[in-house]
Amino acid sequence: MDTVSQYLAMGGYAGFVWPAYGIAAAVMIGLLAQSLSALRARENDLSALGEARDKTGPAER
Amino acid sequence: MHRFANPARFLRMSAVILPWSAVSAALFIAAGLYFSLFASPPDYQQGETVRIMYVHVPAAWMALSVYTMIAAASGIALVWKHPLAHIAAKAAAPIGAGFTFIALVTGSLWGKPMWGTWWVWDARLTSVLILFFLYLGHMALMNAFEDSSRGERAAAILALVGFVNVPIIKFSVDWWNTLHQPASILRLGGPTIDQHMLVPLFLMAIGFTVYFVPVLILRMRAELVARKVRIARMARVHAAPDVLRAAPGGTA
Repeated sequence: MDTVSQYLAMGGYAGFVWPAYGIAAAVMIGLLAQSLSALRARENDLSALGEARDKTGPAER
Repeated sequence: MHRFANPARFLRMSAVILPWSAVSAALFIAAGLYFSLFASPPDYQQGETVRIMYVHVPAAWMALSVYTMIAAASGIALVWKHPLAHIAAKAAAPIGAGFTFIALVTGSLWGKPMWGTWWVWDARLTSVLILFFLYLGHMALMNAFEDSSRGERAAAILALVGFVNVPIIKFSVDWWNTLHQPASILRLGGPTIDQHMLVPLFLMAIGFTVYFVPVLILRMRAELVARKVRIARMARVHAAPDVLRAAPGGTA
């Protein structure tokens, strides 16, 4: 347990080392998640348009 | 229909590349994290803060190389009108902005304990901050016009003009006095840092580079689908003028 807390303390620099890794992880995971959800949203838009056309035909609605 | 020939090929190729690049990015970053946080020694002067380098330096490299890629894509888009080039530039900009943000924040977190300050207005730090604003400006211009092709052209010109900043950033540590240390990896005569620190640094750099690939593909695909949606909506508006009169702007 002592070695774990000693490791986490990062020689007294824990307040600088861990936030640096945390922010990098947050930005990179956040970008990936946002890119995935944006793609899904656009694909839903497209399939919704396709369904609307199938139901009413391209000239109506 | 020939205009869509290239995007179709891109979609086929990207479907193959996407899973491989995603898995290898995860593996490289996992190995990089292991060496960064466990299997590398503390620096004799900087102690454990040297571990910040393993995210800071790869992120800063990515900030520059993604911008270079955007400038190249913008040049291709303006000269040869390749339909995917604007899409690639648009998709890459937020990723590059993210890496620049990481480089700035981790640099600040490293500067405070080692230099005694979060920020100085010196050449390296200021020029990277300008790079961040160039990314934001590029993203804003892309969406600033009703006619998206005008936004693309404006953003492409900004990317090309702003490219002058890239060599300024690279050589800022040699041209001006700065708190920031000069290059210790990409320099004539080889790297000057210890082997044990090069391993995590390169693993993380490869991991960040490979991470860029699947995220870029996802964003380019989203943009291609968004274009299809726009074209389909426009086609419907033209096909049904009554709808337009009844509810202006409702469907577009």
